[in-house]
Amino acid sequence: MGTLLKSAPPSAIFGLVVLVAVALTGIFAPLIAPYGETEVVGGAYQPWSAAHLLGTDNLGRDMLSRMIFGARNTVGLALLTTALAFSFGAMLGMLAALKGGWLDEVMSRMVDVLMAVPALILALMLLAIVGPSIPNMIGVIAVIYVAPVYRLARAAAMNVVDLDFVEAARLRGERTPWLLWREILPNIWSTLIAEFGVRFCFVFLFIAALSFLGIGIQPPTADWGAMVKENATLISFGDITPLIPAAAIALLTVAINLIVDWMLHRASGLKS
Amino acid sequence: MGDLLTIRDLRLEAGNRSEPVVIIKGLDLDLDRGEVLGLVGESGAGKSSAGLATMGYVRDGVRFAGGSVVFDGTELVGLARGRLRRLHGKRIAYVAQSAAASFNPAKKLIDQYSEGPRLHRVRSRKEAERDAVALYRQMQLPDPEEIGFRYPHQVSGGQLQRAMTAMAMSCRPDLIIFDEPTTALDVTTQIEVLGAIRDIVEDYDSAAIYISHDLAVVSQMADRICVMKDGEEVETAPTRQMLDHPRQDYTRSLWSVRSFRRPEAEEAEETALIRCRTLSASYGAVPVLRGLDFAFPQGRTTAVVGESGSGKSTLARVLAGLLPPSEGEVFWRGEPMEMRLSKRRGDMLRNVQMIYQSADTSLNPRHTIREILRRPVRKFSGRRGDDLRARIDELMDLVDLDRAFLDRKPGELSGGQKQRVGIARALAAEPEFVICDEVTSALDQLVAEGILRLLVALQKDLGLTFMFITHDLAVVEAIAHEVIVLKNGRIVEQGSRDAIFKHAREDYTKRLLASVPQMDPDWLDDARRREAELRAREGDTA
Repeated sequence: MGTLLKSAPPSAIFGLVVLVAVALTGIFAPLIAPYGETEVVGGAYQPWSAAHLLGTDNLGRDMLSRMIFGARNTVGLALLTTALAFSFGAMLGMLAALKGGWLDEVMSRMVDVLMAVPALILALMLLAIVGPSIPNMIGVIAVIYVAPVYRLARAAAMNVVDLDFVEAARLRGERTPWLLWREILPNIWSTLIAEFGVRFCFVFLFIAALSFLGIGIQPPTADWGAMVKENATLISFGDITPLIPAAAIALLTVAINLIVDWMLHRASGLKS
Repeated sequence: MGDLLTIRDLRLEAGNRSEPVVIIKGLDLDLDRGEVLGLVGESGAGKSSAGLATMGYVRDGVRFAGGSVVFDGTELVGLARGRLRRLHGKRIAYVAQSAAASFNPAKKLIDQYSEGPRLHRVRSRKEAERDAVALYRQMQLPDPEEIGFRYPHQVSGGQLQRAMTAMAMSCRPDLIIFDEPTTALDVTTQIEVLGAIRDIVEDYDSAAIYISHDLAVVSQMADRICVMKDGEEVETAPTRQMLDHPRQDYTRSLWSVRSFRRPEAEEAEETALIRCRTLSASYGAVPVLRGLDFAFPQGRTTAVVGESGSGKSTLARVLAGLLPPSEGEVFWRGEPMEMRLSKRRGDMLRNVQMIYQSADTSLNPRHTIREILRRPVRKFSGRRGDDLRARIDELMDLVDLDRAFLDRKPGELSGGQKQRVGIARALAAEPEFVICDEVTSALDQLVAEGILRLLVALQKDLGLTFMFITHDLAVVEAIAHEVIVLKNGRIVEQGSRDAIFKHAREDYTKRLLASVPQMDPDWLDDARRREAELRAREGDTA
């Protein structure tokens, strides 16, 4: 691990530092935050001061505390959702590549249907049907993001399933789970990891967007996307406070992409 | 001093500068105008890097560490890219091993042909196209007026390789580098391509460097041969002198590879392990095997030979249970054999194992050698713990591999070592019947010989029955007991090795036998004459 970090370029180190900082902030939020997540501590839209480093929001809650709790909610939910989408998407994609035939055909067409509808509209529609709650939102976004992951995993696995070592495993009578997890998955792992980083950012932005539209993470839970919306009025007064959660979103997105670039580079280097 | 090309103390390195990997350590070469030099050696000998270096070019990650390459009075090492580019294609051309991978699949052959002449302002597009047709005719391509207007996937491998040679000729270069141009071709196609290349090089009096691991092929093409090993020259001599009186032991070992023969087996009572009756198989509606009757005698090696597309590999897939036959019966020791893999159980799965052509794709690159061997041993023998470890060690000993390799991944092994792991994996199941699919064709001759010796020894010790698929008749002669000749999914001829090799009855078999390159510089002329005669006779009967 030490040598691995030493070989990392400065950009990746920057990404890692940001990621670790956000993770620690999220995990230890109650210890770090000066006030409670939903605690009203003063008047609305107070300017930055010693007591409230980033001022207060539209309901008089401490901005900094909500930023810190927001890290936990926004990032945590994005992580969970992406993990769900990847578990199902990758498994189904590999299965389709391995089995082929009607199973592949049916699943691929279903995925085509999912992808034919713009993601945001589909999410709005589904959430309108099942009702906006956090479990529902996670489920809906996971379903939507299963589609691209499925296609990627299927395409990557297609290159592997025809190789002789998979045939050799079939010849000794290995069952499907072994073929998927032991023969195929290790060979498409780097592709999936790289995609995971990118998808994580998309999901993260997607949740922020849904929150901004009011059907994502519901108030009073702190969330970076919703915080931009709640304090948007301040922009007209030349106050940059609403841009701080937006900047946090941007920073984390960039950080993750820097890490992913580095991992991709390493993976391609190891292959040759 | 060569009057066209002089290479002195050429050194190439790769890797980081503090601990470089030396690829070529001090090579001297001379080449006169119109001379053909053969570069021979195992893979990793640095032949290809040397070939590219004569163009002043190195692959990514490789660099010149010293020496000089003087081409017609110009020093190429360290020459500016722009000036190099003016030479490449115009005065020095390159023909790569795989024409299929070197052509742009989205452009017609003739468009790609005219790129070089137009770029170097040698000829206009019109002139280049006229010239292309003339060269296509000279390369004996069928339908030279039209063939240029096809896309690369619409012509055969041998034709593509000839089109590529024609393309290299397009600016009438002074020097052409051929890097294993016929290695990927069938033996019968190889003759045509070799003949065409030799004629055109002679006609235009180009100098050429012909790189190959196959000495027999090089001796047809080259005036002089340079043998390389580990980035160094072993010896250089005119072709005939080199063949008749090699000076170095290493060179002699390259020669002797083809003299390997399986020790004569004592006449044992022959029982058929597998017997097939009217076996047919098809991919969808396309029939590939049409009514085969044959038997694999127990404890013997049966070679299945034929050109690509003859159905050899399909037969292997059928017997392995991957492709259920459309018709016919297969018997295992007289009992009907289950032909669907999903229905095969325990012993039947264990008894049929396969060794693949490409060791690169037959081993999972993400598993260590130990993991690769552990799974089949556990699965088929149920061994656990120390017993399992002991068996894995035993398997490594069987295939003469150091146990230290167990904790490495396939990427860290050489081609021959990987192939040995592939064999160990097949043996892990303790099978009776092993299908060997072109197991030596991706390997250098010395390494291939080692693998063949190993297989013969294993057969003797373990009583294995081999089905040996190959297009290399030299290999068949070395190790087969029985031979089956396939063409278009039918058996042309079958019999014992001696019967086939000494008294072949069918023209097709004779032609295959005559296509095996011999260590005799006159072989190509003889082979082309015989080929022409056979063609003419077929024409008469047809």
